[in-house]
Amino acid sequence: MARVQVMGSGCKKCRQLYENAVKALGEGSVEYVTDMARIADAGVMATPALVVDGRPVSAGRVLKPSEISALVYG
Amino acid sequence: MEALGSFVMDQLLKMQWLSGLVWRLLSPLGLTEGTQWGETLHFFAYDTAKIVILLVTMIFAIGYVQSFFPPERSRRIMGRFKGFWANVAGALLGTVTPFCSCSSIPLFIGFTRAGLPLGVTFSFLISSPMVDLGSLVLIMSTFGPGVAAVYTVVGLLIAILGGAFIERLGMDDQIADFVRGGAPDDAELMAMTVRDRLAFAGRETWSTFKKVFPYVLAGVAIGSLIHNWIPQDAVELVLGDQNPLAVVLATVVGAPIYADTFGAIPIAEALYYKGTQLGTVLAFMMSVTVLSIPSLTMLSRVVRPRLLGTFVAVCMAGMIVSGYVFNFLQPFL
Repeated sequence: MARVQVMGSGCKKCRQLYENAVKALGEGSVEYVTDMARIADAGVMATPALVVDGRPVSAGRVLKPSEISALVYG
Repeated sequence: MEALGSFVMDQLLKMQWLSGLVWRLLSPLGLTEGTQWGETLHFFAYDTAKIVILLVTMIFAIGYVQSFFPPERSRRIMGRFKGFWANVAGALLGTVTPFCSCSSIPLFIGFTRAGLPLGVTFSFLISSPMVDLGSLVLIMSTFGPGVAAVYTVVGLLIAILGGAFIERLGMDDQIADFVRGGAPDDAELMAMTVRDRLAFAGRETWSTFKKVFPYVLAGVAIGSLIHNWIPQDAVELVLGDQNPLAVVLATVVGAPIYADTFGAIPIAEALYYKGTQLGTVLAFMMSVTVLSIPSLTMLSRVVRPRLLGTFVAVCMAGMIVSGYVFNFLQPFL
């Protein structure tokens, strides 16, 4: 399981967050999750969400690549 | 006291300072009061600037308030109420919690797993898209604060009563299986500092403004175009007060409109000025925001067909009734 996951329903905002995450972290490091059961299990109620090591660190926002790096490495 | 009253009226609401400013900018170009080009340009510049200032101020203020109500907190607050008051809480919080339609599924699951009654979740899901900041702002700039206020109150009533009614029907078995699960962690995502809130409000302002502004401009333009385009008689025949089924028609037509909900509002404005009654127009706008195909598709993934059908029927019934009531009250408003 990738350390970082982008959780979303596949709408434009969710895909944008995924692209930004790939830009920040590289393609192999980010998993894009659209399965609703998994999203709910992670405790996420507002998509798109960024999950690091199983914990949601951002929800409902499209983060910029720089913000994503800061949250993952910072 | 009188001086204060007229200050509020002239400078804050009508923004006479702005009007004067626009003239000061236009006059050196020979576009003075009384000239045809001068008056036209003044109208567009002044009206557009006025709307922009109002929009930005309002959205920012409301966005700041919204930063206090992430879904986790709304869920916790809703959980404290029982019975009918829970529906009221759900409807009110639905308006104030920032909401994107793509979040409706995780939200539904989150609420259900936390033990919130089905009807309460539905009250939230009805008021959220209907009494939504962007829609309200657009309705206000198109139809005025009076209509926006009426729309809000009616929307909340439909959300509260609709949700309570669905609760009574006892359709708890009509939820998709994967929705059920253990009670989620009640931890709030992150605490927000004042600076975080200002940043949040700023982002909300920019994104809502970007979405809404083209339609505001469209609304201003429509005011002048409709007199030349749509034959008054045709519209009045189908949607005017002579057609008893106008409200039903408006509600049913509004539902499948796949277009952006904001696009429907200038359409509603055009119809209104062409003789459609206020209630019919309100029903149309409500139907477009709540019963849009994308929202219903989302909902169909968590809710079984019988419950989905009930939801649609309850909403439509509420909207149709409100539409007729307002058509009836219109002469008195």
